[in-house]
Amino acid sequence: MKEQLQKDFNSSIKNLSLSQKDIEIKKFCLDNFIEKGFPNRKEEDWKFSDLNQIIKNNIGELSFYNDQAFTNKVDTSVFVDGLEHNKIVFINGRIEKIDFEYEKKDQIEIIDQSETINEFKNSNSLSDLNNAFTNKCFKILVKKGYQLIKPLIIYHTTNSKIWSKNINLRLNFELDKDSSLRLIDLFNDTSEKNFLNIFYNFELKENAVLKNYKVDKFENKNVKYSFNNIDQDKNSISETFILSSGSNFSKNEINCNLNGVYASAFVNGVFSLNNDKHHEIRSIINHLTENTKSYQLIKSVLDQSSKAVYQGKIFVNSDAQKTDGYQLSKAILLNKESEFNAKPELEIYADDVKCSHGSASGSLNEDSIFYLMSRGLSYQQSRELLINGFLLDVVEKITDSEIKNLIKNMIGIKE
Amino acid sequence: MDNRQKEINNLKDYKYGFSTDIENIQAPKGLNEDVIKFISNIKKEPAWMLEFRLKAFERFKVLKEPDWQKPKFPKIDYQDLYYYSAPKSMKDKPKSLDELDPKLLETYKKLGIPLQEQARLNGIAVDAVFDSVSVATTFKDELTKQGIIFCPISEAIQNHSELVKKYLGSVIPTSDHFFATLNSAVFTDGSFVYIPEGVRCPMELSTYFRINASNTGQFERTLIIADKGSYVSYLEGCTAPMRDENQLHAANVELIALDDAEIKYSTVQNWYPGDKDGKGGIYNFVTKRGLCKGKNSKISWTQVETGSAITWKYPSCILKGDNSVGEFYSIAITNNHQKADTGTKMIHLGKNTKSKIISKGISAGSSDMTYRGLVDISSKAKNSTNYTQCDSLLMGNKCGAHTVPYIKNKNSESNIAHEATTSKISEEQLHYCQQRGLNPEEAVGLIVNGFCKEVLQQLPMEFAVEAQKLVGISLEGSVG
Repeated sequence: MKEQLQKDFNSSIKNLSLSQKDIEIKKFCLDNFIEKGFPNRKEEDWKFSDLNQIIKNNIGELSFYNDQAFTNKVDTSVFVDGLEHNKIVFINGRIEKIDFEYEKKDQIEIIDQSETINEFKNSNSLSDLNNAFTNKCFKILVKKGYQLIKPLIIYHTTNSKIWSKNINLRLNFELDKDSSLRLIDLFNDTSEKNFLNIFYNFELKENAVLKNYKVDKFENKNVKYSFNNIDQDKNSISETFILSSGSNFSKNEINCNLNGVYASAFVNGVFSLNNDKHHEIRSIINHLTENTKSYQLIKSVLDQSSKAVYQGKIFVNSDAQKTDGYQLSKAILLNKESEFNAKPELEIYADDVKCSHGSASGSLNEDSIFYLMSRGLSYQQSRELLINGFLLDVVEKITDSEIKNLIKNMIGIKE
Repeated sequence: MDNRQKEINNLKDYKYGFSTDIENIQAPKGLNEDVIKFISNIKKEPAWMLEFRLKAFERFKVLKEPDWQKPKFPKIDYQDLYYYSAPKSMKDKPKSLDELDPKLLETYKKLGIPLQEQARLNGIAVDAVFDSVSVATTFKDELTKQGIIFCPISEAIQNHSELVKKYLGSVIPTSDHFFATLNSAVFTDGSFVYIPEGVRCPMELSTYFRINASNTGQFERTLIIADKGSYVSYLEGCTAPMRDENQLHAANVELIALDDAEIKYSTVQNWYPGDKDGKGGIYNFVTKRGLCKGKNSKISWTQVETGSAITWKYPSCILKGDNSVGEFYSIAITNNHQKADTGTKMIHLGKNTKSKIISKGISAGSSDMTYRGLVDISSKAKNSTNYTQCDSLLMGNKCGAHTVPYIKNKNSESNIAHEATTSKISEEQLHYCQQRGLNPEEAVGLIVNGFCKEVLQQLPMEFAVEAQKLVGISLEGSVG
């Protein structure tokens, strides 16, 4: 893999007009990655999902160079109907379109940031890989007091032109004081056997509100890793919803730093898996100051030989008195081959806190099925009704009603 | 109230912190094959036992000290320890208690284990382990009548070698982790219990461990076998003198329950915890593992962990037999600079297996407490259930309480439920108690004892009283 990486790295920087310093930084990241390789199960954070093995089994040989000289045609049929929205379109890792048609132009700034200094405080090798190979990095700045009128949808599209490729994406967001953003990540893959490595960085200033919905719904054979870093100032709110369903493998990581008082973070997730899929959500909520709050709810429905993993951590600093942290994960195993692993972790250094977590996994409740069947539903219908209700609980947590309905329709959940 | 205050003052300092001057025989310092041969030789062990030790030592040489645990400690120099230390008078074992060194007896008296009186009055059979050797076992006659074997493991190796050979290392193999392997190579003594088929052990069996000599590691090994349909309750208590340096204690405990058998294992661990500034104290790195080998067997661990500078142990149950049950009840209290990383592993392999984990952690002062546990339900363990509850109580903002559970469910017909909470003693509770005339310390003691009640209830009567007192004492000075 080393030669391949070196070769692809050389071809990729050839096409970029970078300063010597930038090239050196990228090279440094590349060397780091070569040294560490893809994370494997020996690393505590990857204990339940050995990415190295997963890439070997699902993809085999990866290549890292993406020729981005040619534009791709934007297929408008993938756009969401019935909801007016702003768009950013990625096709095969290339930004094809940035369109804030519904917004005041002077309130949003799009800054081309191609410097690649690693701002992420996570030690895994994938951020190095991302830094070495991303060629464009934009920062989207929402100015003071501006609240986006329409949601922003980021379309992540891949098509059959690429296979066995590693795609690296990077976006930075800054939400200035009193601003707000609703962001939907919609994955639309018709390609196969690619490895997507996505890094987002959010900076939330005082009173800013971020709502991020990640929807991976369509069946595909890709391997995905997505990392969100969220830094929150005083009084800010972040809400993250993850629908994890389509890809062969997917791992979503949320690292949230509650730096300001009264900041709060919400992470809700749904795993709906079948076949041999293997998905993971890992969240780290760092309560770093007083009076912060976090709430997490993860529910999984696992069929066939699928596997879901939830690793959630609540960290409470010794200064973070009056913290309120809550975490709940529940899983229904429908098939005897399916598997659910959880590691809900609390690390607490302050005494005046209220922190708890719960985790439960098991089969569908036979009594409930019996109750429904005795009222005339078939076995299949009762099962569906119960699963529907089980998942509805999480979807109901979405605070934006427009988007809630959109997501309900997407996953076919009825009220 | 005055009496209570007096009692507290008496107990405030570690009351077991004396050491006894007794002439010792020690193996040369360091760890090598010669030392292992020396130990084996002095114990008059058969050849297979030496082979067992050497095999473990071979494995030990390639292992690295683990470093994933939360409490970090300075590197231990394993060549700077004595691996064998025994009171000189024990070279030719005394036949009865009367022949024991009077100084030894005095030590045990100070510990509250008057062996002679105990033999007569109390209904508990005691095996006392001083440094590395077992010094006295009481109540032998009565137990022998029922066919129960309760003796030092070094004796069992000689007298019941088929049993020991069959089961020793069957739960904790010589190829296990670092500290367990070290123990397999150098263990010196410990208790051996065999309960024959269908026998219900008429009394509590108990062992007291005492580290006396300085610079020694204590490596004892306990093996308990409960044959079909039998029952035994076993208690373990530990103390050590106050010393400035840290001392290593790496024991192995193996339990084997055959069909319909039940083993109840209780520990009140009160090793020297170090002084107020965290100087000295015992490193308690113990491997405890029980195997529910037969159908309908049951193993239950109860532990009250109040001592040690660092406690690092996970009493585990392997639920292999169908319908077997594993239980784990734990109270861990850390104060001053103590650190604990403890919890359990429940490994469900058989059908209809059940496990229950109740863990209560209390940290005060500048201490740090971690619950780390694993619940693993394998794909064959149909219809299994697990219930886990771990609660932590924090006192003061310099301490930490952490929960790291690993939950693996590979069986759709099995259910796992896990809950954990972390909080402090609420002002209302304290106010309520004080309003009714309790002083703040008494109020905290009452609330904490209530918090721990579920676990304390599991202890045998004699221990429960001691444990309850310990809970109170360990938290002295942590309020206000």
